[in-house]
Amino acid sequence: MSTSIPDALNTLSAGLILISAFAMVATRQVQGVLRFFVAQSVLLAASSFLLAYSRASVHLWALGAITIVAKVLAIPWVLRRLLPAEFYERREIAQAVNIPTSLLLALVLTIVAEFLMGPIVATTHDPVIRVNLPIGLAGILIGAYSLVARREAIPQLIGILAMENGAFFAGVAIAPELPIIAELAVAMDVVLIAVVVGLLTRNIRETVGTTEAAGLDELKEEATA
Amino acid sequence: MIEAIGYNLLQVLFVLLFAPLYAGVLVRLKEMVQSKRGPSVVQPYRDIWKLFHKDQIVSDQTTWIFRVTPYLVFVMPIFVTILIPVLTDYPLVFAFMGDMLAGGFFLGLAGFFAALAAVDTGNPYGPMGASRTRMVGFLAEPVFMIVFFTVSFVSQSTIPYIVQQKWVANAAAFFSPAHVLLLIAFLMLILAEGGRIPVDNPSGHFELAMIDESKGLEFSGRGAALMKWGGEMKFLVLTCIFLNVLVAPWGLAHGHAVTNVLTAVPQILFKILLFSLVLVVIETSLAKLRLFRISEFLGAAFIISVAAMVTSIFPGG
Repeated sequence: MSTSIPDALNTLSAGLILISAFAMVATRQVQGVLRFFVAQSVLLAASSFLLAYSRASVHLWALGAITIVAKVLAIPWVLRRLLPAEFYERREIAQAVNIPTSLLLALVLTIVAEFLMGPIVATTHDPVIRVNLPIGLAGILIGAYSLVARREAIPQLIGILAMENGAFFAGVAIAPELPIIAELAVAMDVVLIAVVVGLLTRNIRETVGTTEAAGLDELKEEATA
Repeated sequence: MIEAIGYNLLQVLFVLLFAPLYAGVLVRLKEMVQSKRGPSVVQPYRDIWKLFHKDQIVSDQTTWIFRVTPYLVFVMPIFVTILIPVLTDYPLVFAFMGDMLAGGFFLGLAGFFAALAAVDTGNPYGPMGASRTRMVGFLAEPVFMIVFFTVSFVSQSTIPYIVQQKWVANAAAFFSPAHVLLLIAFLMLILAEGGRIPVDNPSGHFELAMIDESKGLEFSGRGAALMKWGGEMKFLVLTCIFLNVLVAPWGLAHGHAVTNVLTAVPQILFKILLFSLVLVVIETSLAKLRLFRISEFLGAAFIISVAAMVTSIFPGG
């Protein structure tokens, strides 16, 4: 089994992407979650550049560039502009499930992803697909999980974005010729989601004084009382 | 045969001689990063020399355990040294006497006696440190196990010399997610087992916050010297397992000539210097964890190691 260097480096970034997904689950500080998201996006971009080089695909070069612009630069900038620094330094996000349990659940999700993708990747000998598909699915599942378990708005948003990262990571392996227009549309959507959620969070924070999504269902009762 | 035994002794000599230097370099580098001058890199040698020339005082309330422990703590890392590749990348005489589990067993035995000796003295801080070390130890144990399982899945063996061949066999294995995850899990283990900063502060002098240090408080003279030297050797041995077996066997002697083995010495030292830079970065950028956060730290290491195992079992890995 001989693998070219770009493909080997792609598997390296696959391992690091999985670790950054775990780190996003394990981190308490909002700022830390955001940083790990940026790191994961950089790795995703690196992976698509590597695949673009080894498969000579223009679309993947574009995808890497779009990822850098949208997820590494635009989204952190937008989120930092919309909410004060004090918000990002806050720790101990009230989570529905505590962190060790969350990590164990993230592990179970990884095993499920490997288990589901096992029969599918067994049909191919392409090393990139064999690595990217299970880890991409694990990224999607872990992102979805942090969407449920996190209670603060921004980490929830980052959960959505991490799901999207996972989908892209699986996608670059199986559909390298995805049209640029589709990638652009997705990237624009993602930035727009960040703007909308960021603005909403800011308004909620100004009126209610908290950004804890779990407490919002009691808002009406408090207002009438 | 004679030559291989000689190389084995050379490895032991390497670990004996350079373990204090490694400790000294780590302290010095850390102080330099914090814009202080710090003690000379040979300070650990001077400490050991000084302690050997002091009287040893043993309380008459203690049992034989207290007297035996320093020798065990000193000898066990040497036993591990003859099992692992320190200077050569081909197996030496004793390589097939024991695998990585045997190494873990030797270090575990030393740790067990150190904890017993700490309880033996009746010093209030000793048992506290001992129970904390055991806490870190039993949290680290599953991670060790899973790391060994993963290694044996990947390379069909737990003999360190065979494992290291596996990672350089091809780039795909070297960069595989399983390898990367395994490295990070093992690095977290080294930090926990070596009493480094996110888990324990090696330069702390506050007894209530100590984990590793407080076990050695009652030792004096020769006993203290052996405990100190043994602790430094243990950390060097763990580093060697990490760097030479799991990361990459670069710099290890490939040829069987004496010159090959001797030129491996500076290369290995250079590799260890690079690793100590990484350690210094970790130690200065992180704060010591609260005691009950250690379970989270090692829990994360466990999760990462299981993820490594999972990615290596399924066809994706």
